[in-house]
Amino acid sequence: MEPITQLRSRTVVMPSTNIDTDQIIPARFLTTTTREGLGKALFADWRYDAAGNPRPDFILNRPEAAGCQALVAGRNVGCGSSREHAPWALIDYGFRAVISTEIADIFRNNSLKNGLLPVTVDEETHAWLLAHPGTEIAIDLETCTVALADGREVSFPLEPFARYCLMNGVDELGFLLSRKEDIEHYERTHAK
Amino acid sequence: MAALTMFEKVWSAHEVVPETSDTPAILYIDLHLTHEVTSPQAFSVLRERGLPVRRLDRTLATMDHSTPTDHDQIFGGVPIRLESARKQVEQLERNTSEFGVELIGLQSPQRGIVHIIGPELGATQPGKTVVCGDSHTSTHGAFGALAFGIGTTEVGHVLATQCLLQRKPKTFSVEVQGRLGPGVTAKDLILAIIGRIGVSGGTGHVLEYRGEAIRAMSMEERMTVCNMSIEAGARAGMVAPDETTFAYLEGRPRAPAGELWERAVDTWRQLPSDPGARFDREVVLDAGHVEPMITYGTNPGMVLPLSGAIPSSGDEVFRKALRYMGFEPGEHVAGKAIDVVFVGSCTNARISDLRAAARVMDGRKVARRVRMLVVPGSQQVKKEAEAEGLDRIFVEAGAEWRESGCSMCLGMNGDTVGAGKYAVSTSNRNFEGRQGTGARTLLASPLTAAAAAVTGRVTDPREFLG
Ligand code: SF4
Repeated sequence: MEPITQLRSRTVVMPSTNIDTDQIIPARFLTTTTREGLGKALFADWRYDAAGNPRPDFILNRPEAAGCQALVAGRNVGCGSSREHAPWALIDYGFRAVISTEIADIFRNNSLKNGLLPVTVDEETHAWLLAHPGTEIAIDLETCTVALADGREVSFPLEPFARYCLMNGVDELGFLLSRKEDIEHYERTHAK
Repeated sequence: MAALTMFEKVWSAHEVVPETSDTPAILYIDLHLTHEVTSPQAFSVLRERGLPVRRLDRTLATMDHSTPTDHDQIFGGVPIRLESARKQVEQLERNTSEFGVELIGLQSPQRGIVHIIGPELGATQPGKTVVCGDSHTSTHGAFGALAFGIGTTEVGHVLATQCLLQRKPKTFSVEVQGRLGPGVTAKDLILAIIGRIGVSGGTGHVLEYRGEAIRAMSMEERMTVCNMSIEAGARAGMVAPDETTFAYLEGRPRAPAGELWERAVDTWRQLPSDPGARFDREVVLDAGHVEPMITYGTNPGMVLPLSGAIPSSGDEVFRKALRYMGFEPGEHVAGKAIDVVFVGSCTNARISDLRAAARVMDGRKVARRVRMLVVPGSQQVKKEAEAEGLDRIFVEAGAEWRESGCSMCLGMNGDTVGAGKYAVSTSNRNFEGRQGTGARTLLASPLTAAAAAVTGRVTDPREFLG
């Protein structure tokens, strides 16, 4: 995983609440055995019509969405399935951050493990972001803040260990493997 | 000593290293279930890094999501029609044989939906930590296990280390007083609970279902309730183990036996939350007020009693959901013509669910123009149902009787509802396109699903129960 400290990007806004992982990546695309190439299928049922043509009114098909790395979504984004294909698809498409007032647990975990920043902001900031699609934001992991174009800086919570891993490109598996002795000790002392 | 909740007891017994402000806990996992869809990339990581599976004795693989439910493609020598699904099944076969993981394979008489076979085999036990790369792992909490869904990266962590890095979730008591009325099922109760606390009401929490109505439930009903904890956003749901739990488990192939059984039961009796244990949140419901429920929107929180009407006001998101469903504000869902009925999924495809549906179907016919699919949750359930003659009831009524699997619960194995069509489904998610592109899902109990099959309309099943 590439270390990440800062992200500066314009935003794409999808105001729907409860955007579930079946919307982010429908199940029929889950029969893959790799992580790559899922960006094409991101939001497939909203993005393409029955014939597979892009729907011109869907936000990701509009020119202003090109190059945006931050997705501002309605409350409770990522609810539903545990499929890690959801953050994989978002990342493969080009997103590096998802911003909402509430981010579902498993999706948040999966995102952190892939370097997709889950940013939970307060209602007021969220409302402002929803009202200003395409605005330029700067996310800073050093300070755990989002800087908005109107000059405000709002902080967001981030689990300290996840933050450390993101900023240093540390992979958690390596960390767990380094605690092998603790695990062996646990196994010895907790008979089946 | 401080009064502890059941969750706290199970959690602390599995802390390899407790959490600190800087680092999450390292939590030991007793049982890791895995399946074809969320495991391939995890095995790839092990391969890339030259790592073995740490505890083969705690790892069990099966295939259920992308497998067909058509007899010929499983037993008839016909290849799996969906090529990508066939590849995924073959990949799991390769991965499990390369790493030495036990696989309950395509033709095994023990195969079925992962959350149905864990309990059925007695692998799911009180006090255990159980994980699977699947959000409905919450099902196993019905036994007083701490069971939750994980992503594929975490599947790799558990394969390699038998551990997960976890922050301790909060606790949430859901107390259900009184008793469910006749014709009102565990499915109706959990839909009512989700309607009450909302689809993100449980975020960050482990629910503990308690109270008279839960105590009175069978294990299968408790599993239905715990299964949908994730639809309230919760990490997990738990029910305290009791005599019902022990009676269910005793004698199952992977449950402890003999003296070990006695010892296990003694330990399990210590698990229930202590009197006076404090929960971070609490809600109380009266089971006596729950009616047969049906969803009308595109998340399980958009739910109504069958007698109720769709709310007449809502925001743009609400209106968009109704447009997708083809419903009007203020409308009744009861009486709506439907196209498909699906009885299946890890929520409602155990033997008691099939019995309930058969009770309504017995001697009746599936309405014209309605397609009904009955998909047992496991091959074991299928066999049991056939021994009781339930398959005859369904087939004579005009329903399709299939091999076990996830089937129409999610559209990735060839079973789909069809665009624009209405399905009354005993599954757990009514998300847009969940049952295939454009499908309109109405979640309900097996009784309500069967009643809809017979009348061709959304119908209160109590009319058939006399
Ligand atoms: S039946 Fe449905 S919810 Fe259950 S494991 Fe299969 S796909 Fe998931």
